[in-house]
Amino acid sequence: MAVSNYMSGIFGNSPVKPMQVHMEKVHDCVSLLIPFFEAVVAEDWGKVEKNQQKISTLENEADTLKKELRLNLPKGLFMQVSRSDLLEILTIQDSVANKAKDVAGLILGRKMVLPKAIANDYQKLVQRCVDASDQAKVTINELDELVETGFRGSEVKLVQKMIKKLDKIEADTDKIQRKIRSKLFEIETDMPPLEVMFLYKVIESTGDVADQAQRVGSRLQLLLAR
Amino acid sequence: MNIIIENASLFLILAGFFGLFMAWGIGANDVANAMATSVGSKALTIKHAIIIAAVFEFSGAVLAGGEVTKTIRKGIIDAGGLAATPELLVYGMLAALLAAGCWLLIASSKGWPVSTTHSIIGAIVGFAIVGIGMHAVNWGKVGFIVASWVVSPLLAGVVAFSIFRSVQKLILDTENPFENAKKYVPIYIFMAGFMISLVTLVKGLKHVGLETTTMENYSYAVVVGLIIMAIGKYFINRIQFDQSLNKDFHYASVEKVFGVLMIVTACAMAFAHGSNDVANAVGPVAAVVSIVHNDGAIGQKSVLPIWVLLIGGAGIVIGLMMYGHKVMATVGRKITELTPSRGFAAELAAATTVVMASGTGLPISTTHTLVGAVLGVGMARGMAALNLTVIRNIFMSWIITLPAGGILAIIFFFTLKGIFG
Repeated sequence: MAVSNYMSGIFGNSPVKPMQVHMEKVHDCVSLLIPFFEAVVAEDWGKVEKNQQKISTLENEADTLKKELRLNLPKGLFMQVSRSDLLEILTIQDSVANKAKDVAGLILGRKMVLPKAIANDYQKLVQRCVDASDQAKVTINELDELVETGFRGSEVKLVQKMIKKLDKIEADTDKIQRKIRSKLFEIETDMPPLEVMFLYKVIESTGDVADQAQRVGSRLQLLLAR
Repeated sequence: MNIIIENASLFLILAGFFGLFMAWGIGANDVANAMATSVGSKALTIKHAIIIAAVFEFSGAVLAGGEVTKTIRKGIIDAGGLAATPELLVYGMLAALLAAGCWLLIASSKGWPVSTTHSIIGAIVGFAIVGIGMHAVNWGKVGFIVASWVVSPLLAGVVAFSIFRSVQKLILDTENPFENAKKYVPIYIFMAGFMISLVTLVKGLKHVGLETTTMENYSYAVVVGLIIMAIGKYFINRIQFDQSLNKDFHYASVEKVFGVLMIVTACAMAFAHGSNDVANAVGPVAAVVSIVHNDGAIGQKSVLPIWVLLIGGAGIVIGLMMYGHKVMATVGRKITELTPSRGFAAELAAATTVVMASGTGLPISTTHTLVGAVLGVGMARGMAALNLTVIRNIFMSWIITLPAGGILAIIFFFTLKGIFG
């Protein structure tokens, strides 16, 4: 008798779990920035390259997940969050990993050395960026609970608190960035100009990781505001 | 008239056999739809689901199926003009049974979403138009039935929406969902128990030979509801708040409380399904039996013999045992989206609608009603994703099922007529 059945067909593939899996992958990728920068500070280029490759692999995997999820969200799907909102959040999630890959690629490509004066602060910045992506992951992990409660009530408050914390972490990274820039400014005349230019660029790119992570939260907030 | 008296036992055997065949088809496939939501939400294992289905489908058919059987037996065809040729009605009913059974078998093996109700109505109307004439069909009644097919999913959707919103408001959206679940879930259990027992008392027990007054009905229903609630409460109180479960999904413990409720609504669903869909299978059997017993006189008042309902119940159970578990396993594995809190809302709404329809004698589609209820939960923002294309196909399919059942019935009707002369 029947093997295929229509009752099971009416339930579309829920996008929630894949969204969370994707964010997890993104965070795995971003958190590799910590060992990566440890190796950069130690100027162990073999290790730097190995970590860069790992970051690149994870970013590719996240890309694949993103594509799969996009293909599994046909227009005939009836969801309580709009399809375009979900896809936008997904794109932003993905860009967090992209930024991490950019930073790693730039540093390895130019074999950039961090000046001693900023190395310590830089590692703090990287740590905070990873924190931001971690907080974004924790927030996205609440998506299934949000679905359960129909995006209402105490769960919304909880998620809003998480988003606030994410904003705070991002503000932290801005502060650290300013500190690094002013320190770099003091020593920039003693350094090769090209090197300095790229250092400024890489600082900005690193900050972008936290910026994008924050955007994941802000976009989610738009879903909650009705 | 002679034809009927000559072939009395042959007609009875054929009717019984075809009825069993159709009930078997329902048990093998249709029941799985009604029960798969419970299996998918992991509130029940497949083995338990089969046992519950067998017991409650059977009791639903026997206790509350009488009204729908009556509608199928004599509500659709206006038998007034058939007094001289009652054998036509016998051929027709046999043909309708065979047609609906075959159509179910074909559709199920292809995975088409068809409704048992729609196929049997289509078959009966089909043979009546061609075999007897347009005037033979009680169009008022048929129009009413078709209207109920549109209304029942809508009604179930609205009820499911309200139930799920109340669950969100009272339990899920609160600071302490676990405590609130323990507090409010027994009330839902009471509602389910009360509703099912009330319909059974009002509509069902007459067939078993018990007469009760309205007041008695309500008080008995309250008592039954309270008993079921007490049993449910006992099991709920044994559930511990499991901290380790809550790491990934905050509502894991809450859902366990709903799991108890889901078992009750699964019983309700099986009961409702039995009361409506089984009646579809045995309605034509009952018609044949009534004609044969009265030696060809149509429209005689006759009690529905209990063995006719028993055939329906038995057919379902056999179908379930042979194929139902496989279907249930496949469907259940795929429906992971229905957590107990959502599944119960859909099941309770669908069961309520179907049982009420059964009580008023309206044959409606359980599957369509359940789909309507699931949509209702989705509307309450309680479902992550629903596939609208599939839902559209399900509702489209009943338009195709009507002529399909009709044409098959016409073929079988003339075959039978040819054989018996």
